[in-house]
Formats: sequence, C-alpha cells, structure tokens
Amino acid sequence: MPELKEGCVKPARGPILPAPPPPVSGAIPSSQEVPMMLAKVGKEAIDFEATAFIEGVGFQPVKLSDYKGKWIVLCFYPGDFTFV
Amino acid sequence: MDVVVLAMSTDSRFVHKIWQEQELSKMVEGGVPFPMLSDAGGKVGTIYGVYDDAAGVDIRGRFIIDPDFVIRAMEVLTPEVGRNPAELVRQIKAFQHVRATGEVTPSGWEPGQVTLKPGPALVGRVWEVWKP
Repeated sequence: MPELKEGCVKPARGPILPAPPPPVSGAIPSSQEVPMMLAKVGKEAIDFEATAFIEGVGFQPVKLSDYKGKWIVLCFYPGDFTFV
Repeated sequence: MDVVVLAMSTDSRFVHKIWQEQELSKMVEGGVPFPMLSDAGGKVGTIYGVYDDAAGVDIRGRFIIDPDFVIRAMEVLTPEVGRNPAELVRQIKAFQHVRATGEVTPSGWEPGQVTLKPGPALVGRVWEVWKP
C-alpha cells in the first residue's frame, strides 16, 4: 500500500456498510441516520477505515476488512501517554 | 495463535508515533509491532459502543473477531482499570479450539482440559464428565 499523502487532519471513516437496497417507488424514504452502536457478539463486525502508525512502515490507511480471514483483536484505549 | 492486533484511540497518528518513540519503545523492545489506529472524531468508537462523547475518548473496549469477520467476544472497562491479557489469550485459544473441533469449552477452560460435546447423550450428565 502507498504511504499516506500527508495532511493535518484525517478523521476515521465508518461504518462502511453495504449499499442499502433501492427504495420502493412511492415509499417515503427512510432516515439515513446510522444507529449508535452496531457491534454485537455473534454478528458480523462493522468495517471502518482509519489512518495508522505502524512501526517500520510509517503512516498508512487501514481498513478492518483488510484483515478478513484472520483472527483479529481490536483494542480501544483512552489515550496515548495515559497511565494504566 | 496467528492473531492480528489493532490498537485504536482518538489520538492522531502523529501522537501514536511519538508515544511509540518516547515511551513504548522503552517498555517493549523495538516498540509495539501492531498498527496504532487513529479514531479521530470517535466514529469507530461510537459504532463499537466505546466512545465517551463527554470525554472525547474511546474507553477500554476489546473485541475478538474470527476469520469469518464475526465478533466472538467483547470486553469493555472504564479507564481506571487495566486489562488482563492472559484472559484474552485464553478466550482466543478457546474460540480457536471450538472452531477447529465443534466441541464447546466449559468455564475457565485451558488448552488440554476436558471439553464437552453437545448432544442428547450429554443432557443431565455434564457432572459426570466435567469436574472443575
């Protein structure tokens, strides 16, 4: 993958969901609002894209689905330079 | 175990780089080898139910995802208490065993211990085969 073109701000992108089915003609279009929490055990993981720092590589965009087919541990934490 | 680890916080990739250089590399030789992802904006934390919008950070959540992209386990803690990697490893080994064999693993199972084979013959007889 090519090194990320550098900019100052790069928000994460997600959820990346399959395209919704085309609306039935005459139906009132439903809200496009994304539900708050989508992740559930026993259900498919929700894909996203974010920029990463990788030791020995540098900055690179990473999609969760890049690792499909492997066991993945996705670990959130409150912040760099925190204590625990 | 052949597992990919992805770490994610709301810090930018720049902060991740400096944290690795200034601190993590002094705790882990060569620094942490896994990608450190930036959830700037908290969108990913929101869909995974771990984003604290008052504090603007992702709290301690971890998810085990299998090769079919199905979430098998999640654990979420408020920030004050750190995690137990041994339990994470135990759960991954148990899920990998289940996937490979179709057997199920009782409470606290470690590799090598007895597993259970669900079926009519086992109903009411777990006590005979599993003695914790």
